[in-house]
Amino acid sequence: MTKEKREIIIFSIFTLAVLIIPFFLRGSYYLNVLVFIGINTLLAVALNLLLGYAGQISLGHAAFFGLGAYISGVLTTRFGLDPWLVLVIAAAASGSLAFIIGFPILKLKGHYLAMATLGLGIIMYIIFNETVAVTGGPSGLSGIPNMHLGALIFDNDMNNYYLIWIITLIVMLLSINLSQSRIGRALRAIHNSEVAARVMGVNARILKVQIFTVSALISAVAGSLYAHTMTFISPASFGFNFSVELVTMVIIGGLGSIYGSFLGAAILTVLPEFLRVLQDFDIIVYGLLLIIMTMYLPGGLINGLQKIVEFAAGKVGKRGGSGA
Amino acid sequence: MFKKVFGGILAMLFAGLMSGYVFAAPPIKIGALFSVSGPASFLGEPERNTAKMMVDEINKAGGVKGRQLELIVIDTQGDATKAVQGVNKLIKDDKVVAIMGPSITGDTMAVIPVVEKAGIPLVSCAAGVKITNPVKKWVFKTAQNDALAVPKIFDHMKKQKITKIAIVTVSDGFGSSGREQLVLHAKEFGIQIISDETYGPKDTDMTAQMTKIRGSEAQAIVCWGTNPGPAVVARNVKQLGITLPLYMSHGVSSKKFIDLAGDAAEGIILPSGRVIVANQLPKNDPQKKSLTNYVENYRKHYKVEGDHFGGHAWDAIMLIKEAIERGGDSPAAIRDQLEKTEKFAGIGGTFSFSPSDHAGLTSDAFVLVKIKQKDWTLVQ
Repeated sequence: MTKEKREIIIFSIFTLAVLIIPFFLRGSYYLNVLVFIGINTLLAVALNLLLGYAGQISLGHAAFFGLGAYISGVLTTRFGLDPWLVLVIAAAASGSLAFIIGFPILKLKGHYLAMATLGLGIIMYIIFNETVAVTGGPSGLSGIPNMHLGALIFDNDMNNYYLIWIITLIVMLLSINLSQSRIGRALRAIHNSEVAARVMGVNARILKVQIFTVSALISAVAGSLYAHTMTFISPASFGFNFSVELVTMVIIGGLGSIYGSFLGAAILTVLPEFLRVLQDFDIIVYGLLLIIMTMYLPGGLINGLQKIVEFAAGKVGKRGGSGA
Repeated sequence: MFKKVFGGILAMLFAGLMSGYVFAAPPIKIGALFSVSGPASFLGEPERNTAKMMVDEINKAGGVKGRQLELIVIDTQGDATKAVQGVNKLIKDDKVVAIMGPSITGDTMAVIPVVEKAGIPLVSCAAGVKITNPVKKWVFKTAQNDALAVPKIFDHMKKQKITKIAIVTVSDGFGSSGREQLVLHAKEFGIQIISDETYGPKDTDMTAQMTKIRGSEAQAIVCWGTNPGPAVVARNVKQLGITLPLYMSHGVSSKKFIDLAGDAAEGIILPSGRVIVANQLPKNDPQKKSLTNYVENYRKHYKVEGDHFGGHAWDAIMLIKEAIERGGDSPAAIRDQLEKTEKFAGIGGTFSFSPSDHAGLTSDAFVLVKIKQKDWTLVQ
């Protein structure tokens, strides 16, 4: 089986699973959790393109997420624009911002890039917080309309699930394609050694800015969807903590793997829900689990799963004695 | 040996569970969303403690209409996303009949669309005016509006013939709402705000703002924030030798503020719920009984002073309990009975809800207190 065929099969199975799951969860609160997993998956995929493929860290990705959410929230509540139009505006604005600031800050490397993106995140957070007349300030912006499609209004978990997951699946498919194209290979080359990539004729400077822009654009789409799903936003959701949470999702899931981003997003969204039974100790157990995962599965959950499957398969193979 | 002990424990657990379930009607489930961790934990923690304490108390006394209450607390961490996830869990998974909290205005605004749609009564413990204005069918609140605190201060200033003031507010939800109300009410009282400064929630030095105020013609300073910022303001005022009277908000009416500000707290005047001066209240005060009961109970359970933040949760759980007692335990019945609450003497004040008022308090919910010798004294 060629690699291409295998990818198609995996994606088809994944899509099918995503589309079927809601029928088993009708009316359950887990459907609501899955909606948030969808939004977080979009964000993790966006960040993974930058961090996992191009190897450029961003500690300020919540800024683009927040920008998308706030542009959507403000334009729909104050100017009554259509949510779909606003989604496009939010994506374009966030992408443009990333494109403009991408040139100066992506010249930086390692810790310095981390600092610059961190600064960006903090500046945006302060803007959301302090421009009270526009954003409603710390107590938030409410009354954001739901998305709609003709007469269909996305105002319940089931509808939102399909809205968000269909967009997420499209973004995942495009990202998988991108990662296996010439651009994807060039990005991985930059990740391994920027100098070597340049020597081979990869225009690293432009490419890094481009992927940064794409990443910001997807994040803004996620932000816009978030705003229309929640119908309320406040700056606390777009702070430094959330930027770090996004980086954690990508790393826990597996750098440079689109399905890994989904796993990371799913684990970090679901884990706190399950740990609630532990009451006050949940935060300690949560931290411990994250430490254990990074220590023993350094390649992320996706690689860990692969290893476990291979290990098990190997054992079965040996016991069978038939060999390969 | 181990097996025997283990088996014994299991059997006991099982027996315990069975006796709980077989002989009593199923418990009435009540949800709570508090910001137990995160930046607003100073609100969520006493609220959670109070709610737990009261539910235990109610259950020990035989429950509500012979049924036990079951409290399910979810930590929102002060984050709107977590609050919405939490409220969905409470409604769809736990199937609660009423919800207390959230602790802060942002979280409350985030969960309102969810409870309104599901039709579950929510008794918020946050102060923001917009929670109950305009009135929402399923949403009530127990924390006093900032709109009630400001006139209390201005009234006192008027008596002292103060007409020019400086204000220092923190740049978060509490501070910006307070600033709005200060500016709004100043005109009514003929007070002029001649200096309008702000500080960040995490700032550790406000000397710059205070120096500016020292150079102005202000006759008094009003600081609006929650710990620890106002304590820094108090200390900076003292250090700079400013002798103007200093007013604070109800955001600092807990013992922690006096500890943080130390000697600089002396002489500060602030509006507060009655809870911190419970023992100084006259005997005929309608809240006296609830207040002394709460304060003593809280000290016994948690070895610290109960504050008015925990009081919001006390009011919420008791309002819900009384609503269930008067009506049924269905969400709709609880809502209807909550709206009919009249003259309920709680911790935050005396509540009377009506179809046009879901906040239920008047300005007498606040009293003015002055800090003297590291303790609160009632300003008559």
